[in-house]
Amino acid sequence: MKIVVEPGVPQVVVVREFRAPRDLLFRAYTEPDLVKRWLGPAGLELVVNQLDPRHGGRWRWTHYDSDGKGYAFHGLYHGSPTPERIVQTYEFDQAPGTVYLNLITFDEADGVTTLTQNTVFFAVEDRDLYVDGGMERGLRASMRNLDALVTELAEEAHS
Amino acid sequence: MVLKPVGYEDGLTGVFAALADPTRRAILTRLKGGDATVAELAAPFSMSQPAVSKHLKVLEQAGLISRSQRATARLSHLEAEPLRAAVGWLMDYRGYWTESFDRLDDLLDDLQGES
Repeated sequence: MKIVVEPGVPQVVVVREFRAPRDLLFRAYTEPDLVKRWLGPAGLELVVNQLDPRHGGRWRWTHYDSDGKGYAFHGLYHGSPTPERIVQTYEFDQAPGTVYLNLITFDEADGVTTLTQNTVFFAVEDRDLYVDGGMERGLRASMRNLDALVTELAEEAHS
Repeated sequence: MVLKPVGYEDGLTGVFAALADPTRRAILTRLKGGDATVAELAAPFSMSQPAVSKHLKVLEQAGLISRSQRATARLSHLEAEPLRAAVGWLMDYRGYWTESFDRLDDLLDDLQGES
């Protein structure tokens, strides 16, 4: 998987190859029973609340952690999703108004499909909240340190 | 240390808004090294103390820091819980997609096996 994060541009591009025809990838992206089988970090359970893959159709899904806490995302499809391209907006329930736009394309050649996910944010700062800012200014490393630290602090507080 | 419970619904929204600003993130990074006064926090930035105080107010409202009085100085202190909720979830974009696409590989294998 290749991730392109350029300094000063509120955009992330992810490129990944799959040994499968793009029709199958399209199914994996648009059939709720299939989406829940792959999307999201390991250890979180995905519930697809709504998925209406047509122009103006809504999608909404929720990741549940082991404590049963839910993290919901939602948005719209723009243009009819096809095995060539899907355009959809994203919004995290906990950050309303911070919307990002996803263009996903599937290019098939010799039985290999190249998936390109191009995500555009309002501002570089919004992108850096979501993405590996490490290439740009060590944000991710510092946040990881911060995370380790706050975990320690929380453990101390509980002991 | 007493952890302030953060309302999940409203709490995370405030946390994300607070974290969206690079100066505030830098302040949090500084605070992981220990509590600090406004003057100490303002030092690395070309910014007045009132401007820094404004950022501290936002961080405090988000529950990311708490403030206490020591002698004549006001100390800022990093708070753990809200950051754990936000950092743990959203900071790992690469991990999210790496894990998802690895699972998608398996799913595509299954689907191709069926046909």
